[in-house]
Amino acid sequence: MSFVDTIAHYPAQRVRDQILSCSELQVEQALASERLSLSDLQALLSPAAQAYIEPIAQRSHRLTQQRFGNNIYLYTPMYLSNECSNGCKYCGFNASNKIPRATLSVDEIEREARIIHDYGFRHILLLTGEAQKLADNRYLVAAIERIKPLFSSISIEVYPMDTDGYRQMVAAGVDGLTLYQETYDPVLYEQLHPYGKKRDYHYRLEAPDRAGQAGLRRIGIGALLGLGDFATEAFYTGLHAHYLARHYWRSQVSISFPRIRPADGGFAPLHEISDMELTQMICAMRLLIPDAGLFLSTREGSRLRDALMPLGITHMSAGSCTAPGGHAAKGEHTEQFAIDDDRTPEAMSRIIRANGFEAVWKDWDTEFLNASH
Amino acid sequence: MDQFIIAGRPIRSRLMVGTGKFSSNAAMAATLEASGSEIVTVALRRVDIGSPEDDLLNHIDRSKYLLLPNTSGARDAEEAIRLARLARAAGCEPWVKLEVTPDPYYLLPDPIETLKAAQVLVKEGFTVLPYINADPVLAKHLQEAGVATVMPLGAPIGTNKGIRTRDNIAIIIEQAIVPVVVDAGLGAPSHAAEAMEMGADAVLVNTALAVSGNPPQMAAAFAKAVEAGREAYLAGLGKQQKQAEASSPLTGFLRNES
Repeated sequence: MSFVDTIAHYPAQRVRDQILSCSELQVEQALASERLSLSDLQALLSPAAQAYIEPIAQRSHRLTQQRFGNNIYLYTPMYLSNECSNGCKYCGFNASNKIPRATLSVDEIEREARIIHDYGFRHILLLTGEAQKLADNRYLVAAIERIKPLFSSISIEVYPMDTDGYRQMVAAGVDGLTLYQETYDPVLYEQLHPYGKKRDYHYRLEAPDRAGQAGLRRIGIGALLGLGDFATEAFYTGLHAHYLARHYWRSQVSISFPRIRPADGGFAPLHEISDMELTQMICAMRLLIPDAGLFLSTREGSRLRDALMPLGITHMSAGSCTAPGGHAAKGEHTEQFAIDDDRTPEAMSRIIRANGFEAVWKDWDTEFLNASH
Repeated sequence: MDQFIIAGRPIRSRLMVGTGKFSSNAAMAATLEASGSEIVTVALRRVDIGSPEDDLLNHIDRSKYLLLPNTSGARDAEEAIRLARLARAAGCEPWVKLEVTPDPYYLLPDPIETLKAAQVLVKEGFTVLPYINADPVLAKHLQEAGVATVMPLGAPIGTNKGIRTRDNIAIIIEQAIVPVVVDAGLGAPSHAAEAMEMGADAVLVNTALAVSGNPPQMAAAFAKAVEAGREAYLAGLGKQQKQAEASSPLTGFLRNES
């Protein structure tokens, strides 16, 4: 049993038809219900819901405030390697792109980590491509062990692992996983991943199950917005989060909303996702899973990020650099994608406070994991 | 189609009934008939499960009902496990309603012993339907152990008070990966309808039928209430109140393109 069996009950054509045909009455019913069902989720993602975006946002705001208080949690990504053997058509690190490649040594990782630590970050997200010979589980464990004293929470956004691999990460001190399915449409997935290990749609789709079985405390998912059709991708993201929250109930599920940014290789979104749709999706996810962490990265611009802050977002990155070693040596490497909101962590925390929120840098401690071993 | 399934077996009615407290076995049989139920629970301590002469059992037509033996009276996991094995050895289907109630006054279920017994019985191949307090975390532990349903109480057994554990039952329903059967405390058809409107998969009723002036008539009323509640849940309840519009809109940025 895994999410593969669950998603099979929701064929894409039927889901799309149901969402597109939702009535205003269904939206009102969804808004009135104490807890959202999956058909309520469809209503909130439908075109009919756009006329109700203000009351939906109000409810999302209230619910977020109730569950999380007036807090925005800050984290930053750290790219360890841009080596990759996959051919993802939308990604700047695509193996076919002729870009300078780098894999940081453990010493370089520590140098980069110290800079990030000095910005004030205590939650860090480590990223690599998929290059088994250059950046494998052993490499990650070495990196984690080196930087562990600097951070209270370490998450990874890397290639999917088997259950033992995830257990190895937990033992090393990782508490969170981020893994985007990119698209839940298997046909489109195959087209966008012409070669490399990532071609295996099911292996990736089941990775969050394996992470849950391995006991990762936080499991983050998302669809790369702009690849597939908005309504179905947003619905499947919600379905997946809903499934994970119920099956791996000790783990907190979180959802990210990455919209496609210009990247090396010049990939244009196949479906443009509007600000309205992005807002609809964020609020719908909040209403579906009131306790989910909702992540908004620096892919989005400052104006939109500030506007979305009170609507349900709980976690924001800041001071991001999508090139390995980019903090220590600015501008020397090639980025995975261009970021939009380039405000410094310090400026970001000031703005968060000015918006009436507390900027939270630490909300976890690696000691939790030490205690369980 | 709205099919109710437990452990892979389709069940024709979302109303389950108990067999205790009736004035006679004949009254009980007439009540079962009127309820339209398929699942009928019997206390193993009340019957001589292996005997073809047991009067109560002989009033239950096994071709029409799935006999669900329960372990009520068991004070710990060990006693409950022994009772369940006894029922299976006597030729019952390996289904058991797990009740561990060491407190003889309110008959509240013991969460620790219930979980222990469930873990053993599931491993032995039983289809386990545990009676529990409305505790969402316990429900999760039991689901992880592999139980077929969870059966949270609406109010202490026999009280007819209705759904006093509403908020916790709502959480159990929201998070469940197996059917949720609200068991105990439902005193009126409206209570059963309320549970079904909330999204419960089924309810179990005993006292409210047995002590009614006309048990078969009350059973028919419960059957209708369960169906009505289920249909209302599927149709989606209308909204009760209109939220006041906020004076400072949160989504102004979507209108002011600049």
